[in-house]
Amino acid sequence: MRTNRRAGTLFLLIFACILLFVIALAGEALSKPAELADFARKNLPPCLAHPFGTDWMGRDMLARTVAGLSLSIRVGALTAVLSGGIALLLGTASAVCGPRVDALVSWIIDLVLGIPHILLIILVSLACGRGFWGVIAGVALTHWPSLARLVRGEVLQLKQATFLRAARRLGVSRGRVLRTHLLPHLLPQLFTGLILQFPHAILHEAGVTFLGFGLSPERPAIGVILEESMGYLAAGRWWLALFPGLSLVLVVMLFAVAGERLRLLLTPASAQE
Amino acid sequence: MKHRLKFTIKKLFRMALLLLGVSLTAFLLMDASPLDPLQTNIGQAALGTMSPEQIARLENYWGVDAPAAERYLGWLGGVLRGDFGVSLLYRRPVLEVIGQRLAGSLWLLVCAWILSGALGLALGLAAGARRGRWPDRLIRGYCLTVSSTPVFWLALLLLIVFAVWLKVLPIGLSVPIGGGQVTLPERLRHALLPGLTLSITGVANIALHTREKVIDVLDSDCILFARARGEGHILRRHVLRNVALPAITLQFASIGELIGGSVLVEQVFSYPGLGQAAVAAGLGGDMPLLLGITVITAAIVFGGNLAADLLYGVIDPRIRRGAARK
Repeated sequence: MRTNRRAGTLFLLIFACILLFVIALAGEALSKPAELADFARKNLPPCLAHPFGTDWMGRDMLARTVAGLSLSIRVGALTAVLSGGIALLLGTASAVCGPRVDALVSWIIDLVLGIPHILLIILVSLACGRGFWGVIAGVALTHWPSLARLVRGEVLQLKQATFLRAARRLGVSRGRVLRTHLLPHLLPQLFTGLILQFPHAILHEAGVTFLGFGLSPERPAIGVILEESMGYLAAGRWWLALFPGLSLVLVVMLFAVAGERLRLLLTPASAQE
Repeated sequence: MKHRLKFTIKKLFRMALLLLGVSLTAFLLMDASPLDPLQTNIGQAALGTMSPEQIARLENYWGVDAPAAERYLGWLGGVLRGDFGVSLLYRRPVLEVIGQRLAGSLWLLVCAWILSGALGLALGLAAGARRGRWPDRLIRGYCLTVSSTPVFWLALLLLIVFAVWLKVLPIGLSVPIGGGQVTLPERLRHALLPGLTLSITGVANIALHTREKVIDVLDSDCILFARARGEGHILRRHVLRNVALPAITLQFASIGELIGGSVLVEQVFSYPGLGQAAVAAGLGGDMPLLLGITVITAAIVFGGNLAADLLYGVIDPRIRRGAARK
């Protein structure tokens, strides 16, 4: 039986969300075994008891990977939501509040896009004194510009719509127009933007923790795990780097695919393909 | 011609303003940092054994006190005279450090930039022209996989395969340890893996966007008309011309992303380039160097945008005249 694309996309999204939830919970549950060192079983290549192998302190890499993914997912989700909020606010403001605000916002966008993301994240995380919140602030503050541009364009288009102008002429207040007419039209775009934002956020989070800014070695984020593995690669312990990275790629890909398909469905021009 | 000049000057002015904004933002962010450069670089234990005079001298060296506004204005004044200050970690002028590091990174970046641009355009054209068939699926799958892959993990994989398993390429560094006369082939061998990593990732974004654009163009009425007339060479005559402008935008917009990627890749291969210096400066609290690197990379990115804007006029006569009319 062929499922149609709508159902398929919905299924994919639900599956992705459930998977995220499970990983996030499992990571919490596994945080103890992830730190359990046992020198009797150190440096084991992948085997049945330890599918991802063990590291130089005898820690099970599967448990560490899941714990790391869980942390990365939480950081990614939080930053995607935060940067989505910033994008919504600034995008709407630049479309509604007149040309001055518009010019200012587009200047800020140019500014943020002018500094390579990873450098700006380093700077912001330094400003917050590194650590967990430094990473969150860094990623959240760098990922809003493209979404803000999208929101701005959308609002500009909506402003010209007949139903909106009619509502204004009928004396509906600005705030009410914003709430009842503008926001419902923006939400699908914003939602898709958020889902597509999520992979970027996770990848940059992994990057910046890999460089040693942000999370401490005791909290096994994927970036930290990969950073630690670097010292052991020359000794031929490939499993330390392969599996944690691969699982991150799979999670990110799942969301990239789900977001892309959602975008195609919600864009009227391609919805019927 | 006069209008083109006016346009360029306006753009240059905007660029200068943006650079000022970048430097101020970076400065404020670094200033807000609660990290004490003395603690991070010298360490608590060493500080405990020092006399107060020594500590005071070190504090003076790392610029712990003095108000922020004064320091920023001092820095800005220095920059206008071509002096970016002295790097605290390397104990040399910032410009000298950046120049040396940039020389290492630059041709890595340029190679990856050209390669990913050309390959991305070709793949995007191929995928868009055969939409829905296997070349398209293959290319799209590749792009999706690569854009979901952390750059540094890809670098690690390449390192494992080529340097550890096959032992055909060196593990890192731009020159062999031990110094001496470095030959060009030796240099190439060391830059091959980092360059390859950057190119592989750079291709994905450009190919995907080019594909979208190609599909848009192929759906347009002018292509339908050309087909109806039985014209051949549609891809070369119509599609390529219409895709040229967005391709240029993409190519020049990818500079920022490329530099960001090089920060990570250089770290993996311990390639002594600009990115690695940025990380060292960030971890070590070397403010002048980090500030200098931020401003210089931003200048490169903005310069790329400006070049794209100017190239539009060269390629598209409509824009040339449109700019003249305004």
